[in-house]
Amino acid sequence: MNEEDQDLVLVDPTSELHREFRDRLQRPQTLDGLTVGILDIKKDPGEIFLGRLDELLTGRGVKVKRYVKPHFSWEAPTELKQTIAEECDVLIEGLAD
Amino acid sequence: MERIANGLVAVVKRGCRTCELVKPVLRELADAGTPFSVYSQDDPAFPEGVPGVIDDRRLAFSYRERIEIVPTLIRYQDAKEVGRVIGWNRREWQALTGVNGLGGKLPENRPGCGARNIEPGMAEELAARFGDTGIVSRRVCIPAHVDPMEAIYDRGWTDGLPVTPPTEARVLRMLKGTRRRPDEVIAIVPPDRAVCTVEKAAVNAVMAGCKPEYFPVVLAAIETACGPKFGMHGVLCTTSFATPMIVVSGPISRGIGMNSGRNVLGQANRPNASIGRALQLVIRNVGGGRPGPGGIDRCTIGHQGKYTMCFAEDELGSPWESLAVERGFRPDQNVVHIFTGNGVQGLHDHRSRSPEGLVSTYAQCLRVVHHPKITYSTALLVIAPEHTIHFREAGWSKQRLKQAILQRLQIPIRELMPGYNGDDEGLRRITPEQRARLDDPTLTIPKFLPEGLNIVAAGGEAGMMAAVIAGLSMEVGMDWAEIKP
Repeated sequence: MNEEDQDLVLVDPTSELHREFRDRLQRPQTLDGLTVGILDIKKDPGEIFLGRLDELLTGRGVKVKRYVKPHFSWEAPTELKQTIAEECDVLIEGLAD
Repeated sequence: MERIANGLVAVVKRGCRTCELVKPVLRELADAGTPFSVYSQDDPAFPEGVPGVIDDRRLAFSYRERIEIVPTLIRYQDAKEVGRVIGWNRREWQALTGVNGLGGKLPENRPGCGARNIEPGMAEELAARFGDTGIVSRRVCIPAHVDPMEAIYDRGWTDGLPVTPPTEARVLRMLKGTRRRPDEVIAIVPPDRAVCTVEKAAVNAVMAGCKPEYFPVVLAAIETACGPKFGMHGVLCTTSFATPMIVVSGPISRGIGMNSGRNVLGQANRPNASIGRALQLVIRNVGGGRPGPGGIDRCTIGHQGKYTMCFAEDELGSPWESLAVERGFRPDQNVVHIFTGNGVQGLHDHRSRSPEGLVSTYAQCLRVVHHPKITYSTALLVIAPEHTIHFREAGWSKQRLKQAILQRLQIPIRELMPGYNGDDEGLRRITPEQRARLDDPTLTIPKFLPEGLNIVAAGGEAGMMAAVIAGLSMEVGMDWAEIKP
């Protein structure tokens, strides 16, 4: 018996999850008839940029709905994500700084 | 190895003086012609003169038969054990073997020695060797010719420094550091929102270099950092410097030898270093939170505390109640606090001998946290004994000190405006009423809210110093919990 010649068995420290890659959704050719969501992550001064986008889109006759995350450091609540998925065809999520 | 169905089996080792003593008895039994086997735990050439000694250096037989003492003599009948004696006792051996006069020249009684299979640490090695661990995580086999350290790096399991290879035996030993079940889910770890069980935590605690007695602190730290109040996802993905910082209060910090004294925020203390690192490895390996390409850790600059940031309060040397007592715990309760740590700003004041003088120093240094014009900040102020002594002598409570600092850090709005002092950082918007009173020095914004500034005593006995550890923000990065055994 020679322990030094033996393979070493280790215990996996990871979650053992497998990554799943999904293709992005097709971008729409036009915004005609679609609802555009604008999600403000609530970090200054993102709302200035997002407000201007809202103006531009609305000015072109696009239907816009606005949403706000409770705080930028926290993930969006599941309910908010589900509401956006239900009410919008396209989403713009705004950063800041 | 054939199991003897009917007859006698002796288990011995050369390193045992009682086994040496009974050699003539073993020879006599072997010569008697009845079914008899000897298993040697350390040397198949022992005992000399006994034919067909079975090599049990891998301890398979000893482990299976739960041998605790050598020599052990067992009688089997129809493959079942029907009698066992341990050590040497003439009457017992004669009774079990049925050989009158056996060992007549030997002393009547000699205790045996501990068997090799129950030596410290061996139980876990043998459980792993014979597939009896109960560990459910995937096994990764590193071939003998591959350097395990490099194999671990290649798999991305390290923080950049070598880790202790997580063998099954080491993981089993770590699991013995807690009463909690290995399959208990202790956290959902961001960013992958992956389940972390006690077992997965143990694997990472092994890699970090923890001893089993640190493990309850590690578990509490993981639970708290990944809990609903701390906001670990935000702490991980921020561009800021933040990392989870662990402060331990209660007797466990002294019991496991944590450092709260000299070099308290520095290197070389094993529990301080490895507990903080275990949390970081769980975030990395279980949660998938990593910097670099594709990683969600987007820290712009970072700091070395992202390897590990953990220390203990100096409760015995402090003039004040601990952080835990401030939060309503008893002094005998063990508590882990998680803050965000942006790095350490060393603070010298070698001259002040009064609370008022030190408050002035602390306030000036705390003013620059993040930026002199950024308000509603958070910070932990760590104060060493040559400063705390002045508060003790003057009878200042921790709350009085805190209030005095907060009062000094009510910042006039005028000083927070972009352009003030030549830089463009500052308040992004103010109300018309505030604008009308810009020159009013009584119109102020607090640098810290009371819950955003915490104070703890720690550090070496010599040196008139303190340290400011800035936090991330008021919205994330602060929670605490009792440590469960």
